[in-house]
Amino acid sequence: MKILIVDDFSTMRRIIKNLLRDLGFTNTTEADDGQTALPVLKSGSFDFLITDWNMPGMTGIELLKAVREDPSLNSLPVLMVTAEAKKDQIIEAAQAGVNGYVVKPFTATVLKEKIEKIFERIEGS
Amino acid sequence: MSDNLNSTPDPTDPAGTRADIIAHAKSMVEKLESGDSLEAFKVLEELNKAKDVTLFEELGRLTRSLHNAITDFHIDIGLAQEDQKEISRISDASDRLGYVISLTEDAANKTMDMVEEAIPSAKMIQTTAADLKPEWDKVLKGEIDPAQFRALHTKMGVFLDGTITASEELSQSLSNILLAQDYQDLTGQVIKRVIQLVQELEDSLVDIVKTAGTVEELAGIDKSTSKAEGKPAIEAEGPIINKEARSDVVSGQDDVDDLLSSLGF
Repeated sequence: MKILIVDDFSTMRRIIKNLLRDLGFTNTTEADDGQTALPVLKSGSFDFLITDWNMPGMTGIELLKAVREDPSLNSLPVLMVTAEAKKDQIIEAAQAGVNGYVVKPFTATVLKEKIEKIFERIEGS
Repeated sequence: MSDNLNSTPDPTDPAGTRADIIAHAKSMVEKLESGDSLEAFKVLEELNKAKDVTLFEELGRLTRSLHNAITDFHIDIGLAQEDQKEISRISDASDRLGYVISLTEDAANKTMDMVEEAIPSAKMIQTTAADLKPEWDKVLKGEIDPAQFRALHTKMGVFLDGTITASEELSQSLSNILLAQDYQDLTGQVIKRVIQLVQELEDSLVDIVKTAGTVEELAGIDKSTSKAEGKPAIEAEGPIINKEARSDVVSGQDDVDDLLSSLGF
């Protein structure tokens, strides 16, 4: 399981990385915004994308839309982990094809739950 | 010119801007009615100049006070001597906020380093104790033979030594984590200053808007035409600090889950 973590704050990437390691996911890569994440996604076979929303350069929602428009990436599961909590934003993300949405601050349990739910749904379909 | 120019000051218009403009306008009408259009245009020019001068004077005053606020900003933050040295390199508000970011980042990293160091110690105590427990239970039930007991005796000694070392390391990590929280004091002070600066800036901007508004109102400029059209794009806003007071945001993960399930997720 190869996971890309996209967040402009290195501390948040580190927290997510540590939580993922506790959940048994050790193969993680990091990127600091959509612009750097997109080429990384295209070059490697990632199984999962965890992204923040508010980042300089290219935001998480733009990254999500770009991923859904790319034929080689459009089935990649995407989990949004963000402080953005406006209802309009959650609806926009859902319409753009996000697989899960976690608002910060979050707990290890919530992150685990959402990740498991996404994989259950993928395996079930 | 007429007495109008020196009329009683209006309490809502202490600078006399409005009175001045009215006086000029009246004088212009008088000139026009008497057929002296050249003089009338001169008055119009004066009127325009008066408008500009008021606005420029106000802008100048505000720029000066803003400049002073920014200059004063780094002088009296009131930090300890060595921090003062650190802070003296910082010359403006954005650098100060950069300082906050670097302090909080260091503290977060330091804390995570300590946690990463502490986890193996805690795990070691847990797994060794779990290992010893069944054998110890046998001792309590009297189901152990002398050879097994000797082996357990040795193991127990190793476990106790290991636990002493590991718990010392744990305590050390915990007090380092505690110490890493010292950034709060420093960043709190810096952020307070920045908030103050932003408030002063906001007040100044409101004053400019008011001044410009008065001039526009008197000049009869229609503000409705400048309104932006169309639906604005959704912008990222960062952490919501007043969730309770807002109806357009979710209050937590449960709300997100409810909203998503209502959308068919």
